[in-house]
Amino acid sequence: MAPTVPLVWYQVLAAILFTIGVVGVLVRRSALIIFMSIELMLNAVNLSFVAFSRQHASMDGHIIVFFVMAVAAAEVAIGLAIIVAIFRNKETASVDDVHLLKG
Amino acid sequence: MGLSLLWLVPTLPLIGAIVNGFGAGRLPRRVVSAIGTGTVGLAFAIAVACFAQMLAMPAEERFFGQQLFAWIDSGDLSVSVRLALDPLSALMMLVVTGVGFLIHVYSTGYMNHEKAYGRYFAYLNLFTFAMLTLVLADNFLLMFFGWEGVGLCSYLLIGFWYQKPAAAEAGKKAFVVNRIGDWGFLLGIFLVFVTFGTLDFGRVFSEAPSRLALGGEVATWIGLLLFVGATGKSAQIPLHVWLPDAMEGPTPVSALIHAATMVTAGVYMIARCHILYALAPTALLVVAIVGAATALFAATIGLVQKDIKRVLAYSTVSQLGYMFLAMGVGAYTAGVFHLMTHAFFKALLFLGAGSVIHALSGEQDMDRMGGLKSHLPRTHLTMLVATLAIAGVFPLAGFFSKDEILWSAFSSTNGGPLAGKLLWAAGLIGAFMTAFYMFRLYFMTFHGASRVTEEAKHHVHESPASMTLPLVLLAVLSAIGGLVQIPLLAGGQRLEAWLEPVFADAARVAEAAGHGVAAHGAHDPGLEVALMAISLVVALAGIFVAHRFYVADPGAPKRLAERATAFYRTLFNKYWIDEIYDARIVQPMRRGSEALWIKFDAAVIDGAVNGIARQIERGAALLRLAQTGYVQVYALILTLGLVVVIGYLALR
Repeated sequence: MAPTVPLVWYQVLAAILFTIGVVGVLVRRSALIIFMSIELMLNAVNLSFVAFSRQHASMDGHIIVFFVMAVAAAEVAIGLAIIVAIFRNKETASVDDVHLLKG
Repeated sequence: MGLSLLWLVPTLPLIGAIVNGFGAGRLPRRVVSAIGTGTVGLAFAIAVACFAQMLAMPAEERFFGQQLFAWIDSGDLSVSVRLALDPLSALMMLVVTGVGFLIHVYSTGYMNHEKAYGRYFAYLNLFTFAMLTLVLADNFLLMFFGWEGVGLCSYLLIGFWYQKPAAAEAGKKAFVVNRIGDWGFLLGIFLVFVTFGTLDFGRVFSEAPSRLALGGEVATWIGLLLFVGATGKSAQIPLHVWLPDAMEGPTPVSALIHAATMVTAGVYMIARCHILYALAPTALLVVAIVGAATALFAATIGLVQKDIKRVLAYSTVSQLGYMFLAMGVGAYTAGVFHLMTHAFFKALLFLGAGSVIHALSGEQDMDRMGGLKSHLPRTHLTMLVATLAIAGVFPLAGFFSKDEILWSAFSSTNGGPLAGKLLWAAGLIGAFMTAFYMFRLYFMTFHGASRVTEEAKHHVHESPASMTLPLVLLAVLSAIGGLVQIPLLAGGQRLEAWLEPVFADAARVAEAAGHGVAAHGAHDPGLEVALMAISLVVALAGIFVAHRFYVADPGAPKRLAERATAFYRTLFNKYWIDEIYDARIVQPMRRGSEALWIKFDAAVIDGAVNGIARQIERGAALLRLAQTGYVQVYALILTLGLVVVIGYLALR
């Protein structure tokens, strides 16, 4: 039996990726980078799902990953369209310049 | 025919009011006049048909009810819109539609120059509808509906020239003063409902003798509370103050509403509830005393007023006092008789005064009249008939009706043997003053040197036929109207015989209780003739004094006024009643209301509402700081929150 990578390694990798994503969302100013960071977080979760799916020998995790990828693709299409629209109006993609909605 | 069409009697004027009301300003004058007078004329024709049909029936069957629809049916309370015709309401219906019709016709001439012609006739028709509802109502609530309806129309018509501040004020005053009376009336109705569990006249009156103790507290209270309503509507002390001011309205309105019909509603209501009053001798005595006091009091004010319509207004208050005096001594027939004759001659007096005012282009001050006899021959002649009638000169209408009241008061035993004599004496003094002030009005207007202003002199003209014809018809009625009830003549008491089925039960109760007027067959004819002679002499004396003062020696009134200045000024200023009410009631109430407004409404209620709003606003201002507009701040807070929740779950 070939040695396999233990489950916890996958979990650690997923956690690291997720944390990088969170930090990216919180600290980066460019809307595009924030967007990529969100993708990173999503994929960290996907990795976790796939790992658990294999561990339990069940297809459920795979199905959810497909769902996530499909929804993420749709979300990217809309999100990028919004970013393009903002850029056309304000000549910037920085989220700090888009803060009109405040109390 | 006839009785089955009864529902049309109030409905026709209502239709007229609706058509004229919505067509006001659009319909041509001719159409408005045709609808306004036509509907009331038709109602009068139907009323006459009903009356004729009733005459043909045996006396004890002359009660007719017509159910129109159920009105309120809730719990124990069930009220129908149901018309009831009996000899009393039939008489009132005839007076309201007949005199009303004549006044509608007169109005087409008098209001000819008026811009708001359609509005005027809409109100007048609406009034006729409400008054007929009041008269024909079969229960207290429907009567109250009519009662409020006539009050509303009175308000609308007094304030008809609403651009004139005095007219608008007078309308308001009439409405507010009437509200005080209505409050009493309403409490009386509540008490009736609590006591009897029904508001139907038929059941209340038939059950009253068995349910109410004679002279008991409940009967007395019902009587007094209903009488409070009557004092408001019929302008008795202490709520008489609105009627003289109501003269701000157009003169035909004064004739119809404030002389012939609406103000007699209180008298009618007491006559209708006679059985309740028969069971409450104390309430009756109060009615009699208030009536006599008002008759005397208003007559004294009428002695010195300068405005022709105000003299008539005080005269109306005084004559209404006579009617209440009659009610109070249990002489319901006499009261209703005077109500009828008064409707004729007082409507005529007002319409005649209106004709004079019309001829003088709006002048109402008698100091600027005089010598109009030759200019206004028809008005003069008809006014003379009415003046003689109200003064009580034989054989005109007022003589018979007033004399019947005085005789009834004299022979009343309620409240001790002396009470009746005192009431009679008050009435007699009032009769003297009535004759005096009416002939004062007559002489000042039509006789003596002309004091008409130069400007008005050019336009003096006799009124058109549409105005003089009603005058002539009313003069005929004033002259012969008294002949329906001739005392001491066998078969002469037609009115009493007509009303007998209505009032018989009250007479029985009163007799059993030992108060009220002795049965009319039993009294001493010699004494009655003597009393008649006395009142006739008194009336003639009043006329003679008026002649001395205003024709033979025109300087005399002024000399007398100067000699008794304080007395004269008291009378001229109406005993300062308005001022006293203003100082003692209106102003304190105003101050109280203002204090409540500023200290309670503005400070406490508004303060609470605004305070809560301000606190919320302040809190929101703090919370608003959290919303910066930077997406990443939100994301950070979200993340921190997540960390806290996960941390809590992990470390638990």
